[in-house]
Amino acid sequence: MSKLSVPVRKFDAVIVGAGGSGLRAAIQLSEAGLKTAVLSKVFPTRSHTVAAQGGVSASLGNSEEDHWHWHMYDTVKGSDWLGDQDAIEYMCRKAPEVVVELEHFGMPFDRTDEGKIYQRPFGGHMSNFGEKPVRRACAAADRTGHAMLHALYQRNVRANTQFFVEWMALDLIRDQSGQVLGVIALEMETGEVVAFHSKATVFATGGAGRIYYSSTNAFINTGDGLGMAARAGIALEDMEFWQFHPTGVAGAGVLITEGVRGEGGILRNSTNERFMERYAPNAKDLASRDVVSRAMVTEINEGRGCGPNKDFVLLDITHLDPATIMKRLPGIREISIQFAGIDPIKAPIPVVPTCHYQMGGVPTNYKGQVVGDDGAPVRGFYAAGEVACASVHGANRLGTNSLLDLLVFGKASGDTVIDDLRSGEIGLRDLPADFADRTLARLNRLNTQTGGASVNECRLELQRTMQKHCGVFRFKDMLVEGVAKIVEVEKAAAHTEIKDKSQVWNTARVEALELDNLVEVAKATMVSAEARKESRGAHVRDDAPDTPANPNGRDDVNWHKHTLWHREGNRLSYKPVIMKPLSVETIALKTRSY
Amino acid sequence: MATSTMQFKIYRYDPDKDNAPYMQDASVEVDFSLDRKLLDVLTRLKAKDDSLSYRRSCREGICGSDAMNINGKNGLACLTEIKDLKQPVVLRPLPGLPVIRDLIVDMTQFFKQYHSIKPYLINEGPRPERERLQSPEEREELNGLYECILCACCSTSCPSFWWNPDKFVGPAGLLNAYRFIADTRDQATNERLDDLEDPYRLFRCHTIMNCVDVCPKGLNPTRAIGKIKEMMVRRAI
Repeated sequence: MSKLSVPVRKFDAVIVGAGGSGLRAAIQLSEAGLKTAVLSKVFPTRSHTVAAQGGVSASLGNSEEDHWHWHMYDTVKGSDWLGDQDAIEYMCRKAPEVVVELEHFGMPFDRTDEGKIYQRPFGGHMSNFGEKPVRRACAAADRTGHAMLHALYQRNVRANTQFFVEWMALDLIRDQSGQVLGVIALEMETGEVVAFHSKATVFATGGAGRIYYSSTNAFINTGDGLGMAARAGIALEDMEFWQFHPTGVAGAGVLITEGVRGEGGILRNSTNERFMERYAPNAKDLASRDVVSRAMVTEINEGRGCGPNKDFVLLDITHLDPATIMKRLPGIREISIQFAGIDPIKAPIPVVPTCHYQMGGVPTNYKGQVVGDDGAPVRGFYAAGEVACASVHGANRLGTNSLLDLLVFGKASGDTVIDDLRSGEIGLRDLPADFADRTLARLNRLNTQTGGASVNECRLELQRTMQKHCGVFRFKDMLVEGVAKIVEVEKAAAHTEIKDKSQVWNTARVEALELDNLVEVAKATMVSAEARKESRGAHVRDDAPDTPANPNGRDDVNWHKHTLWHREGNRLSYKPVIMKPLSVETIALKTRSY
Repeated sequence: MATSTMQFKIYRYDPDKDNAPYMQDASVEVDFSLDRKLLDVLTRLKAKDDSLSYRRSCREGICGSDAMNINGKNGLACLTEIKDLKQPVVLRPLPGLPVIRDLIVDMTQFFKQYHSIKPYLINEGPRPERERLQSPEEREELNGLYECILCACCSTSCPSFWWNPDKFVGPAGLLNAYRFIADTRDQATNERLDDLEDPYRLFRCHTIMNCVDVCPKGLNPTRAIGKIKEMMVRRAI
C-alpha cells in the first residue's frame, strides 16, 4: 500500500480509546457540538473499565464525615510523595462533582437508607489525615466499573457520539514543530488504513498490564497509547511503578476487589493468622496495596503460604453474613466459584499479588494536556486515565482512585480541548508528506516477513521476563539482567512472522502490532526500574533497605523525582515532583506507615 | 500434570480466501492443571494456527466479547468449563447474525436494537446539586437488569429475533428497556411503553425462554418482558 492510498478523514477531535476516560471526554466534546471521532479496538462496553469492581472515591460524606482535603492527604501519602500535589488537589476536589454527575447520567449506585450513594471503606482511605478508615468508595455492588462504563456509554448514545468500533490506532501523527495532528488507524473488519486528521488528539488507551505473565488485565491492555507516544518521541513517565493488586485469584489472575476487605474480609496465612496486624497495626487489611502485597509475598517467602506448594494466602469472608455477601459482593462470589472453584460463603479464597495497574504513563498536567520534558504542553495532544501520568498516583495508587482519575481527567481533557479550540490555540495544520511511512512500513513488514519469530512466543518471553525480573520485590542483578533480556525480546519482536495474511479481521496482525507496544512499555519499565536506586511505593529493591537514614528504603535526597524514559537512545532523564498544591499548603515529606 | 488431547470441530470462514464456510477438525493438547475454561483452550489452538479468529478481552465474563455457540448452545468461552464439554467440541459463531469471519459475527443489528430503546436515563428536570435520592428498595428493582453485558447470547438464541432481527427488539434490548422503565429516576416511562406497544418490537416475544436458558449472567429477560407487558395492560385499564 502506498501512502497516496491512505484516505484522510478530518475531525475537530479524535479520542483513542472508549473506556471510562475516553467516554467521559467524549461526552464533553459531543455535547459541545464538536466533530469528534472515538476509536476503540473493542465495542465501548468491552473496555477494561468494565472489570473494575469495588468503587469510585469521593468525599461525599454520605455515611460519616469526610473532606476532600483528607482524601488529598491519603492520595499523596499513598503515592509515597511521588504524586504531583496540584493534580492530586484538583482530582480530590473535583471528585464529588464528577461522581454526582455520573449518578445523574443514570449510574445505578447502591443506596444508603436515606437514599444517598452507598459508600464503603477502602485501602488507604482515612479520615482526619490518616487517623482511621473512612467510607469513601461509592459503589454499585462489586460491579462499579461495569455500571459506570455502561452509564457513560449510554450518555454517549444520548449525545450521538460518533464511534469507530473495532478500529486500532497504530501511530501518532506529528509534524516538524512537534504538534500532534491525529492518528493512523486500522479498521479490523476490512484491513483498511485511514488517517484521522484532527485538531486535537486525546489518548484514553488505558494501561499495559499485559506486559506481565500474571495480570488482572484484559487481553486488550497492551499499552497501545504508550507505544504510539514513545514511537512519536514523547517520553514516558515513572514507568517503573506498577501496582500488584494483593488479591488476584491464585493461578487465574482474575481480580478480587479490595472492597471484599472493605466489607470485612481478612487475609490469613497457613497458621490462620491475620498477618496484616503485624505489618500495618493501624489499617491492617486496609493498608495501601503495595504494603499488603509485600506483606503477602513476605509471608509466602518465609514459608507461611497455603496450599500444597505454599504459594498463596487466603482471603477469608466466611465470618460475614451470607446476606451481606449476596448483596454487596455477588460478583466476587461468582468469580470465586468460576475461577477458584470455591464458594467464599463456605471457604476462603486463594489469592496472590497480581499485576494490576500502571501508575506511570504519558506525562500530562492536571488539565489533561500532554507535556514535554520542559513541562510545556505538546500542542494538540491530550491524555487521560491509565495511559496518562498526571501524576496523581505517584509510586502507588489507592484503590478507587483509578475510576475517579478517569472521570476527573476524562472530563478535564475534554474541557481543555474545547478551550484550546475556541481560543484558537490549536487548529488543523497540514499533514507532513511522510505521515504514513512508519505505519505502512510496519504493516508491509508483517505482510512479507517469513521465517521470523512467533508473536505468541515473543510475548510469552516478554511477560515471563517482566514477571521474574521486575516483580513485587526487585533485585539489582535481576534488573540488570532483565534489561538485557528485554532488549533481546525487542530484537526478536522486530522480525515476528504471522501466517495469517488476510485483510479481514486479522487478529494475528493485531496481536503482532500490539506486541510492538508491549515491547516499548516493557523496555521503559525495566530500564526505569533498574536505574531507580531506592525503594518507593510499588518499587522496592533489596539494595535499598529500610534504614534510619532512609526509612522504608526511600531516598528523598537523591530520588524524590519523576523518571522520564526516552525511546530514542533508550535513555532516562528526570524532573521534579510538583509539591505545590493549587490552594492549600504542601503536604510535606514524611515517613509512610499504616 | 493432567494433559490430554481435546477434539474440536470449528466453523471456519475467511471471505478473503474461502468460497464458503466449512467445519474444520482440530485437536490440541490441554493441561487440565492450567486450562480451565474454553477460552484457555482457544488460546492454545490459536498459538498453533494464528488464523483462527474470535473476539475476547476480559476473560472473566464481564466484557461480553467471547460469546459463541458451543456444542449447540450460546455461551461465553471464558466461563465455559472444559471438563464439562462433550467432544468433539463443536464451535460456531452466534446464530442469526451475519458472519464476518470464523467465530466473529457482525453485531450491527443487535446494537441497533439496543440503541432503539433509548438506553439512557431520561430526566429533564433541573439537575440537583447532589445525587437524586433513591431508596434501597427502589434501587433493588434494577438488580437482575443493569448487569447485562451485551454479549448477545440471548438475542441470538431467540427464534423471534432470528426471524425479525430488524423489527423485534430482542431479549437483550427489552431487558435494558425495562432497566430504565424500572428506574425511579427515569421520567419517560410512558414514552418507553408507547415505543414498545407494537406487534413486532415487544410482542414477537413468545416466551420460548431460550434467552433465560443461555444468559451467562443468570439474568431473566423473559421476566422483564412480562413486566413490560403487565405495565401496558395496567395503564390500558
